[in-house]
Parts: sequence; structure tokens; C-alpha cells
Amino acid sequence: MSSTFNTVASIIAETCDIPRDTINPDSHAIDDLGIDSLDFLDIAFAIDKAFGIKLPLEQWTQEVNDGKATTEQYFVLQNLCSRIDDLVAAKAK
Amino acid sequence: MRIEYFQLIDRITALNLFDLTIRAEATVPTTSTIFEGHFPGRPLMPGVLLIESMAQASGWLIIAHTRFERMPFLAALKEVKLRTFVTPGQTLAVSAKLVHEGSGFAVTKAEINADDKLVCNAEITFRVVDFPKGEFLASMQEVAKRIALPTETAAHG
Repeated sequence: MSSTFNTVASIIAETCDIPRDTINPDSHAIDDLGIDSLDFLDIAFAIDKAFGIKLPLEQWTQEVNDGKATTEQYFVLQNLCSRIDDLVAAKAK
Repeated sequence: MRIEYFQLIDRITALNLFDLTIRAEATVPTTSTIFEGHFPGRPLMPGVLLIESMAQASGWLIIAHTRFERMPFLAALKEVKLRTFVTPGQTLAVSAKLVHEGSGFAVTKAEINADDKLVCNAEITFRVVDFPKGEFLASMQEVAKRIALPTETAAHG
């Protein structure tokens, strides 16, 4: 988790020009860090490449739009990192 | 190149769905009202249209790869370099490679060559959505036929 968070935080800092020390595990990518959907595509691209996965952004967006999930479940960084870890583990199986 | 209709690709010359690459040809018209203003006495193909040409070639690659199930829309450009002038009548070789297929987005690297010289190149990000059906699909399939996108791909629409 810690390693995943460090990688994700570095990606966000570099991609969105956000000071690294302002990015915390409980930061909400949208509400706290002000990342918009277009910038998040860059982040998703970098995360996909770094971890060899495909973040299911369309599925997450649909679930949020349908009221089946909250943005916090996917876009608070510690939750995002848990999802990434799950995707990496699933790929390794 | 049907420049006034913003249909910039004339013909798909190669499509490889294994390597996820495409090559296309686009000839800049010898006359257009665009050249009357850009620029008087010194007609030049606008750089934004060169970028659009790269985007359209990339777009046809994504459409072919997804067999008309997904439609790409231009979202972002990175590392765009416009290296040399293009003038009316020149034939452009436009090529693109799909370098990443994400969830709801895709990234290509594209370039244009003319007279064996690199004209421009860019990394292009597209939002990718479910292909609109009905008239939109039919009109895009018609364009695909005109530019000779391989029929096996078009038939799956």
C-alpha cells in the first residue's frame, strides 16, 4: 500500500504539477486536489503503465452516476491505491 | 482531402490490427478559401489541420480496432511538433500507432511525412465512448468506405 501510494502520489504530483507534500492518503483526487476528468486521464494512463493494469474508469464512473458507489470509494487516494493493489493481485493470479 | 468538410483523410493505405498501426494518404487541395487567408500570397496548410489529420488517422485506427463499437473524440495533445511547412498540392503520409487502450480513453502516437521528410508528430489522447448508432454510424461507415478502410472492419458495424 505504501509503495503503491508513493508511486501514485508521484504520478499525480508530476502529471498535475501539484506539490508532492500536499498529497496524502486521505486526499480526494477531485475534491481536495482539484484534479478534473481530463487530467485524470493522464493519471490513469500513467498508473496503467506503471502497474501494468487497466483502471476500470468507465465502470467506476457508471457506478457513481447510478448511485451504487461514492466518489470517495474510488478517488480518495488510499482507496484508489487499494483498488490498484487488487487489480495487480488479480492480474498475478 | 475534403478540407471544407473537415474530412482530411483521403485513403487508408495500410491497417494492421495486430501491431495496431495505420497508414493513410491525404493530399492537400491546390485551392481553398482557407489559403486565401492563411496566408495571402503565401498559402500554407494550417498547423491545426495537420494535427487534425493525425487525429483523424488515429481515430480510424481506434474505430477499426473496436470494429465500430467505440468512437474516439480528441481530448488532449502532448509533445506536438510542427517541423516544416506544408503547401497546397502536397501529398501527406499520415501514420499512427495505438500505444495505450485505457478504460474510456486511448492514446496514440502519430506523425505525418511528406516527400520522405517528417512534417509533424504528436502524442494524442482520445476519450472513447460507445459508438453512436443510427445516422451517425451510417454516415461514418459511408466515409469509411470512401477512404477504403478495410471492409472486414467496416462490415462489423
